[in-house]
Amino acid sequence: MEPYAIKTHGLSRDFGSVRALDNLSIEVSTGSVFGFLGPNGAGKTTTIRLLLGLLEPSSGNSEVLGFDTQSQADEIRYRSGALLEHNGLYERLNAVNNLEFYGRVWRIPANDRQTRIRELLTNLDLWERRKEPVANWSRGMKQKLAMARALLHRPALLFLDEPTAGLDPSAAARLRDDLESLVEQEGVTVFLNTHNLAEAERLCQQIGIIRGGKLVANGAPNELRARAGNPQLEITGKGFSPEAIQELRSRPEVLSAELHNNKLTLQLREAVESAPLVSWLVGSGAQIEEVIKAQSSLEDVFLSLVNEDEQYLEGGS
Amino acid sequence: MITDIITIMWKEARELFLQRSGLRGGWMGMLIMIAVFGVLFPLQSGVEWLSAPTTVLLWAWLPFILVNSVVADSFAGERERHTLETLLASRLSDRAILSGKLCSAIAYGWGITLIGLVGSLVTINIAHGAGEFLFFPPVIGLAILLLSFLIAWLAAGLGVIVSLRATSVRQAQQTLSLGFLFLFLPLLALPLLPEGLRVSVTNALSGLDIQMTGIILAAFLLVFDVALLLAATRRFVRARLILNQ
Repeated sequence: MEPYAIKTHGLSRDFGSVRALDNLSIEVSTGSVFGFLGPNGAGKTTTIRLLLGLLEPSSGNSEVLGFDTQSQADEIRYRSGALLEHNGLYERLNAVNNLEFYGRVWRIPANDRQTRIRELLTNLDLWERRKEPVANWSRGMKQKLAMARALLHRPALLFLDEPTAGLDPSAAARLRDDLESLVEQEGVTVFLNTHNLAEAERLCQQIGIIRGGKLVANGAPNELRARAGNPQLEITGKGFSPEAIQELRSRPEVLSAELHNNKLTLQLREAVESAPLVSWLVGSGAQIEEVIKAQSSLEDVFLSLVNEDEQYLEGGS
Repeated sequence: MITDIITIMWKEARELFLQRSGLRGGWMGMLIMIAVFGVLFPLQSGVEWLSAPTTVLLWAWLPFILVNSVVADSFAGERERHTLETLLASRLSDRAILSGKLCSAIAYGWGITLIGLVGSLVTINIAHGAGEFLFFPPVIGLAILLLSFLIAWLAAGLGVIVSLRATSVRQAQQTLSLGFLFLFLPLLALPLLPEGLRVSVTNALSGLDIQMTGIILAAFLLVFDVALLLAATRRFVRARLILNQ
């Protein structure tokens, strides 16, 4: 088995004078869930199209499941499943016919096909409504069915292009639950395009952040969080004297100390233990009610990277 | 490849017959055509229906109309309903998708023509048989089968090429309607010709050797159909189809 399901090197794609994807180099480990984060128009969909061999790159190259995307795209599509920007369901057909068609496309033998269709529809709570035309279904149910279709032939790699976009929060949460359990059951590598940070944080072992076609960060969520900013300590209480705060600021592990409305916020230089600081504060006469160790969220990371990039672009222009 | 073509045809048939409602296609269109060509016309024409050379023209014209009524949907419909990209992202080859779409349109047009043909034989035999089995003269029967097939192929080829480029089913239908008008312009223009010219044209047509004309027409259609198939194959480029969405 290839260690990397996806490898790209300097992958770029131009549409006329617009560079939709700029020099993308990533490696996605086999069996992992890779989240590709970025705002609308960042180049996420173009990347999936390039990886599926549906578009040719302007420069650079890429390998998916060990196959070259330009010369062996058929092999890639044979081994991949995709839930793209649109769900791609035939709305005049019912759920079974939709899956039956793609089961035939992937040449799943008739008996296995029936079993697999039943298994997926049952797992996704769609079995009872399998004979209704899909046009009558809610958007959330359609997305679930589209996910079932993408997994039908047990692909080694699954491309998901914003699977929860346009769903209400509860439908999105249910779809995320289903996706999480299906990915676990099927052991499939997932390339997940999303601009939903909570989704990426929950599902992905590796995250790439893209903006304006350029990859601005790539790594495990914890690595990205660590990169985004210094750890922070929020201490709520009374009796924080100006002298004690001044003393804190002079300590080597403390970058800054600010007091607002009985809440002392300490920016720390690195992940240090909070207990000695808290006990020193108590010794200085402070009464502590609550201590919170705050960690940067993926949203902080995303926003800081995107803002950095914007400032860079503004500075350069 | 054959299995993949059959898979596409299976899906097209499901969409057309099982789930589509209205007069645009499916059962209703099929039943109307079978009733007109399989029952009404034969009853009006009597036994002449089996042997008159004009019958060949009528049967050859039928698949053109039938195919035209469904083929606009082939790619433009998939594009309009946002199902095309998922289909293109599947393991199906370009040839399989294109041939599946072409064969579906041909099967619909030619299939209904054949059902109508059988229906007309039944009608004639019930109305005029008098215990004797009446059948098309072999040359006429063969000409009907061959020409109707080649014309179904012609309409499917033209339709698929138009549908590949069209942004919507409506646009594809409008383009095909214009093409249809253009093809039948000579027939429509005939009554408008000056008297002398019209008589000469009619005499020239009447004097044609029907058998030879049929063979030449079939050969011409075959060449044109193959050219259309090649043109459609060249036009089917996944990247272009994706970007034109």
